[in-house]
Amino acid sequence: MSKKEEASLEKQEQNIENAKEIAQKRDMSIDEGREITIRSFKYDPSNPNSKPKFVDYKLRETPGMTLYIALTKIKATIDNDLSSDFVCRAGICGACGMLVNGKPRLACKTLTSNFESGKIELLPLPTFKLIKDLSVDTGTWMKNMSLRVNSWIVSKEKTDISKIEKPVEPEVADEVFELDRCIECGLCVASCSTAIMREDFVGAVGLNRVARFQIDPHDERSDEDFYELIGDDDGIFGCMSLLACEDHCPKNLPLQSKIAYMRRKMVKV
Amino acid sequence: MSKIDINGDIVESLTGTTIEKKKSRIPARLDFLQSATGLILALFIIFHLIFESSILFGKDSMYAITKMFEGEFIVKDGSPIFISTLAMVIFAIFIFHAFLAMRKFPSSYREYLRYRTHAKLMNHADTNLWFIQITTGFMLFFLGSIHLYIMMTQPQNIGPFASSDRIYSDLMWPMYLMLLVSVVLHAGVGVYRLIMKWGWFDGENPRQNRIRTRKIIKIVVVFYLLIGLFSLASYIKIGYEHRVDYGKRYSVNMGDK
Repeated sequence: MSKKEEASLEKQEQNIENAKEIAQKRDMSIDEGREITIRSFKYDPSNPNSKPKFVDYKLRETPGMTLYIALTKIKATIDNDLSSDFVCRAGICGACGMLVNGKPRLACKTLTSNFESGKIELLPLPTFKLIKDLSVDTGTWMKNMSLRVNSWIVSKEKTDISKIEKPVEPEVADEVFELDRCIECGLCVASCSTAIMREDFVGAVGLNRVARFQIDPHDERSDEDFYELIGDDDGIFGCMSLLACEDHCPKNLPLQSKIAYMRRKMVKV
Repeated sequence: MSKIDINGDIVESLTGTTIEKKKSRIPARLDFLQSATGLILALFIIFHLIFESSILFGKDSMYAITKMFEGEFIVKDGSPIFISTLAMVIFAIFIFHAFLAMRKFPSSYREYLRYRTHAKLMNHADTNLWFIQITTGFMLFFLGSIHLYIMMTQPQNIGPFASSDRIYSDLMWPMYLMLLVSVVLHAGVGVYRLIMKWGWFDGENPRQNRIRTRKIIKIVVVFYLLIGLFSLASYIKIGYEHRVDYGKRYSVNMGDK
């Protein structure tokens, strides 16, 4: 072990001792928690001297600890240079997506206790531009996707905001709202083999968005119009139905059935 | 090709849209045809393996099935031309399906690296199944072609002894073993994918349908692998016993021995 590593280990142990002291003062116990190892990818593409590497962080698990909490703890006590994204901490904003032991997940919705071995490897989401370490730019990708699929209501009817909107059957409204629950976290894109191979693929998030407007009675676009948006191999016909999007969606959106629905519609155009 | 078609192709290749500034309908047709040709081939295999495994019920059963496909009910004593024609039609569909399915293969080192590393990391069941599909699909380019070409050019060499001689004495059994495993896995995974892709039998609960479909497909794949392997073993056994009379044809009068 090098002197640097020894110093780092010593620092980590010191941090744990400090955490224990703080916990004792607050009448909390962290002694019962097991030691877990979080192995994180580290790389800063904007720094010419940075080389991609993996760094192990050892920390004591606390009850109900999520990966978001663990990362915050690492940043506060071990390595303040580690970058990862978060906003809401409640599975709503979709900012904290990453590969956790290879699987796309939201850090704030993933409990460390779910990993029996206590070893957790973190990678940034593939298919998105890497900003640094675990932080990726999903925002630009999602903005481009929204523009590409014209992600808005298209209607010739003039909107009069002083009047109540045209009523919609409750079942149809429910269906639209169900698809509107998408938080644009990008886990569906990061789990998709087509998106991994072909960077122009619109992804399940884009196809879901089109389905959302296709079933919305406020939208006057025809299937021919939607074909113009997704009727090619970068759109609906690029999807190979491997369903990793469906299996990793943190909001349990019905991607399997809605992509099949759009495919049936588009093939008839 | 007319002048208008050529101009249309030029416009589309340059702009990505047709002359009418619309997206081409070709990608939709290709997607549909890939599924349609796959389904036809899968249905063919479902029946082919059942008929081929008639050997498990004895030489007479296999001989009767052979004669049926040689059109004995149309022409006296049947004619291998029917088999040859069927093989030709299936070969054409097979080539067309391979041509369409190839569009989905990883086509460069980087695409393959990204796909494979990601799939290994994620270890997701359906993504892993796709690896089986492209691997077996690749194998079938060669194995399927060998088999279909022989059926097309030597349709007269089918029967309890003729097939067994080919499998044992002509040393075709290793090829048939690989072909059997590839074709059953490819067709099984392919049919599952078709059901998911088009949302067939989704009903009220598509997720439940997926679980149920997977279970049924697994059972069917195991069933077909088993009857295929047992049939192949039967042909090898018959071929071994018949090695000294290589080339001699079976007739019903010989009895089922």
